[in-house]
Amino acid sequence: MKLICLSDNPSKPCFVLFFKGVKIMLDCGLDIKQILHYIPLLVVPGFQVSKAHTWSQGGDKRNRVPDDAAQELKECGGRLLVDGNPEFSIPETGIVDLSTLDAILISSYSCMLALPYITEYTGFKGTIYMTEPTFYIGRLYMEELVKYVERNPKSSIASHWKQENIIKNLPAPLRDAVRPRQWRKLYTLHDINSSLSKVQLVGFSEKLDIFGALTVSPASSGCCIGSCNWIINSKYEKICYIAGTSTLTTHPRPMDQSPLKNADVLIVSCLTQTPLSLPDPMIGEFCLNAAVTVKNGGNVLVPCYASGVTFDLFECLSGHLDQCGLAGVPMYFLSPVSDSTLAYSNIFAEWLSAGKQSKVFLPECPFPHADLLSKGRLKNFSSIHTGLSTDFVTPCILFAGHPSLRMGDIVHFIELWGNSPSNTIIFTEPDFPHLDALAPFLPIAMRVCYCPIDTSLNFSQANKLIRDLRPLHLVVSESYIHPPVLEPLRNDLTVDFDPSPLTYKQGEILSLPVKRQYEAVEMEPELANTLEPVEVKPGTAIAMITAALVAKDNRYVLKLLPNLHDVPKKRRADGSLLWRKPYIFGTPNLQEIVDSLKQNGFTSLRVEEIDSGSIIHLVKEDSLIQIDNNSTHIICQGEEIRLRLKEVMLKCLKQL
Amino acid sequence: MSDIKVTPLGAGQDVGRSCILISLGGKNIMLDCGMHMGYNDDRRFPDFTYIAREGRLTEKINCVIISHFHLDHCGALPYMTEMVGYDGPVYMTHPTKAICPILLEDYRKITVERKGEVNFFTSEMIKTCMKKVITVNLHQVIQVDDDLEIKAYYAGHVLGAAMFQIRVGQSSVVYTGDYNMTPDRHLGAAWIDKCRPDLLITESTYATTIRDSKRCRERDFLKKVHCCVEKGGKVLIPVFALGRAQELCILLESYWDRMNLKVPIYFSLGLTEKANHYYKLYITWTSEKIKKTFVQRNMFEFKHIKPFDRAYIENPGPMVVFATPGMLHAGLSLQIFKRWAPNENNMVIMPGYCVAGTVGHRILNGARKIEMENKQIIEVKMAVEYMSFSAHADAKGIMQLISHCEPRNVLLVHGEGEKMVFLKNKIKQEFGVECYMPENGETSVIKVKHNIPLDTSLNLLKRQLVPADESEEPDPKHLKILHGALQMRGSRMQLTEPSVAFRELGLEEYELRFTCDITLEEGGSVSNTTDRIYRLLQREFPKCSVQFSNDGSINVGDSVIVKVSGEDDCKNILVSWSHQDEDIGSHIQRVLRPEQS
Repeated sequence: MKLICLSDNPSKPCFVLFFKGVKIMLDCGLDIKQILHYIPLLVVPGFQVSKAHTWSQGGDKRNRVPDDAAQELKECGGRLLVDGNPEFSIPETGIVDLSTLDAILISSYSCMLALPYITEYTGFKGTIYMTEPTFYIGRLYMEELVKYVERNPKSSIASHWKQENIIKNLPAPLRDAVRPRQWRKLYTLHDINSSLSKVQLVGFSEKLDIFGALTVSPASSGCCIGSCNWIINSKYEKICYIAGTSTLTTHPRPMDQSPLKNADVLIVSCLTQTPLSLPDPMIGEFCLNAAVTVKNGGNVLVPCYASGVTFDLFECLSGHLDQCGLAGVPMYFLSPVSDSTLAYSNIFAEWLSAGKQSKVFLPECPFPHADLLSKGRLKNFSSIHTGLSTDFVTPCILFAGHPSLRMGDIVHFIELWGNSPSNTIIFTEPDFPHLDALAPFLPIAMRVCYCPIDTSLNFSQANKLIRDLRPLHLVVSESYIHPPVLEPLRNDLTVDFDPSPLTYKQGEILSLPVKRQYEAVEMEPELANTLEPVEVKPGTAIAMITAALVAKDNRYVLKLLPNLHDVPKKRRADGSLLWRKPYIFGTPNLQEIVDSLKQNGFTSLRVEEIDSGSIIHLVKEDSLIQIDNNSTHIICQGEEIRLRLKEVMLKCLKQL
Repeated sequence: MSDIKVTPLGAGQDVGRSCILISLGGKNIMLDCGMHMGYNDDRRFPDFTYIAREGRLTEKINCVIISHFHLDHCGALPYMTEMVGYDGPVYMTHPTKAICPILLEDYRKITVERKGEVNFFTSEMIKTCMKKVITVNLHQVIQVDDDLEIKAYYAGHVLGAAMFQIRVGQSSVVYTGDYNMTPDRHLGAAWIDKCRPDLLITESTYATTIRDSKRCRERDFLKKVHCCVEKGGKVLIPVFALGRAQELCILLESYWDRMNLKVPIYFSLGLTEKANHYYKLYITWTSEKIKKTFVQRNMFEFKHIKPFDRAYIENPGPMVVFATPGMLHAGLSLQIFKRWAPNENNMVIMPGYCVAGTVGHRILNGARKIEMENKQIIEVKMAVEYMSFSAHADAKGIMQLISHCEPRNVLLVHGEGEKMVFLKNKIKQEFGVECYMPENGETSVIKVKHNIPLDTSLNLLKRQLVPADESEEPDPKHLKILHGALQMRGSRMQLTEPSVAFRELGLEEYELRFTCDITLEEGGSVSNTTDRIYRLLQREFPKCSVQFSNDGSINVGDSVIVKVSGEDDCKNILVSWSHQDEDIGSHIQRVLRPEQS
């Protein structure tokens, strides 16, 4: 059993698991963080962010970057960024032959954005499994990316700068870009449709059969709508894969722990990206900062994804504004897919927390944002060009994508509002380091708040969970067993487990310590009826089985042999019998044997005790029977006598 | 190997008050708990005394499963849980849980407040009853207890309708509830995987019907409605608030749009708004087409269809009215019917099945004079049309479902006896499986046979899967023979290599060895004789190893030793073998003994 890690970012995981001849990919995350190396895309084609200007490289002549590469780079907010069509860091595709993948298991909509790269460009022929909300919302996330990138297409792909001899001479952080030569341009709508046509929808706790060899089953993980952990079972072994998981109470259905218990191997990914801050106080701080800003007449800008925590923010913020007497302040929500994400949030009641679920029985919409929308307190638009300007009221709170600040309407609003210190931008999304995200817009006058809200397990929650689940072996990201770089002494911010966890990192192949011993084989009742069990110990019986073994679709069935006489007595190459070997055992005592011999007409016996046992002389038959603890040696001349003696001995023994 | 027992308390060769008891693997499960619309006495509920003469049912039944919200499937639930007494789990889908209490309350109001019946369940009881409900998602495997698990499949029919698979160990039963196998305007078709249950319990409402194409029926319906209102007539369509009603609304709405008609369409007030809201929130349970377009346009927001007011009954001029309930047995639809029936311009369209005893059933059977409860006689002059819109599977659909899930036995419920016989024969003929159709209170015993699972050592299995002979090509058709020792300890069955089993059990194999001397009168040296015998043995045992050992003896197989000694003219051959190689030993005797050679 092997596990191969294909992703560099444990929060956007991608693994391949080899188990019982089946090849399963676990998640297919896209590490969007790498596009922070690009210049932001403006909403209006042809324009560039105001801070960008040509790179004037000074310094040493020997390290000078050639012109073709230098032209691809722009200086922006004091950083060197790539000016070209954004490319994305996809999972490592070179280690494993992905065309032979049997299945892909997806844990949530945020861990599937690299799917088209795998399913459309590697010859993939398997099935993708995910829940219904993951399917719909994940599709929207993909479409949103495509729309952002295609809305303002850049003519050129920048590739010269990636050459090894050039990149090493570039200033940080660009120099530290992760594997830039393997970045790929974004997929298209066609790729998304084709990729998602390979999806089979699953329900929580559904047991899915993979080629008869394994069953896989999703269990709610409480992290976002439809998110799940996966349990991979053979009849005798159990592997659990924990991805984004939350034990907090937010809008999704709570996490289901019990199916994850007592695994042979527990694989853990997607722990919190902000171990130093807790989500609850951060939400409080978020609401506070937003309210203060609008109270003072400023606007609030919230970079966000089109679903997930954003919905919790709507709920909490609207409540807080009510309390502050600011109910009149409008909230705007901009995303090309906002219509759909809002609509879908209403129809997934089955996948929500009990509180939200019970609203549907009334019938009311499960999320309060439906009410906010109908009252006009929350307004959503697909972009700034679609009617926003006609009823745009400030001060306001504006939620917009993309949280990387490299594309989407958010870029426009940073340019628009960045110069006023009365405005505030509040970062809540933990996927992107906010200072790197903001870098191309620096210096900036607007207030910057950082309230990262990551509902994923933090280290103490993870350690507690792992202790409760009691796996035999634990597999975690290498980064989880060391304290964060910024807090090298905080050993509490690590995963702690005995035996010490196995670790994964991108490109490494990990052998999992699971030794398979058994396989399930079914016996037909007709065969069972022919068995002759012998009780060898109290409560334990044994029977010899010789049967036809039929293997089909990884299922094994034992059937009666078609016709015993047709089957030749087969022997292996070494001459040992392949089947029907007679087994004899038992501890007959001398007297039994002697009595039995007499009963069978052997009358002239003489018994002689020797060191190792005894010898029975059959005087008349001129034969000897040597007996010791667990063997008998019959020495005789005539075949007829031998066969009679054999019968006698077998009667004194147990035979299978 | 335990049998499955099935006893319908309702819906056995009948439609109405579906309630089927099954027992498998020591578990008792109640499938549906419905009421009969055709009766006003005790017979309207299933006879729960069958389960227990007196006292509560909690100990007798492991769980109750409700397939969908129609009253003939859930109408007796509050009576059963609150008045008879049952505190165990009740399973149903989310939409069923949302809609079922509304219909129950509706039904209770008609029975208690209009008809003035007493000793009926109360609103409070409906609420307590619903608290016992556990919701299930499609395909979610729910562990009722350690041994009993259930799984829901999409059934179409009405919003939230589900088929259920019930499994205890290796035994499994699928109960279809009501289902349809063709997608309609707002619901998808039922689907089930090849789960090969021991028993499929299927409804058989349309056991003998093979309906004409859906499109024709819709055109027919629209034409009839259009003709009637064109002549100034009024059209009454008795429906249940949820289900068929929404589909017909979608149908009329788009037709009115297309034909630019102005004749008013009404929907009886009360449930409409709410009902449509449920459909909006449970879009995931509707058809693919509605799901795809719901963000842009919600199909359940109607432009032409207005709420109905009782006062409109007397309005002159044409109109179309959807009124509840659907079988004309009580309520507004019956009230409208009484007013409009005497006018031959009017029309009533019955879009669904009517159970025996209801006014709907009577007029469909051609009755033109209907006696009401208060002895009033209504003369029916209006046109009476029956349109089979009821989303049940027809005979073809039922056969389709059977071929999808490949059951080992089929049991028919929810249909009429004579029709069942026809379908039963057809099923037996086509699939060669046993088919049952018990009456209410009659128990069918279904014999089941299962393979016995063995924990088999991987070493043993791998050894068997490689061909015995290295020269043999791996051939899947080639008979593979497995030989092993089966240990049985309690319920644990473990199949291993015999030596492993003996070791684990602390058994020592007993060595039984035979040694015989054969005297040959043969000249030449000992080694010549040995060589001759060696070649002979090689010929005789082509599949065995025949080898010289260091001391000049010949080894055959695992345990056989042949040693030649003696003088110039007389040789003594010693043959020794252990019992396991008895076949070789005795064969050597035969070929070497002089009297036989």
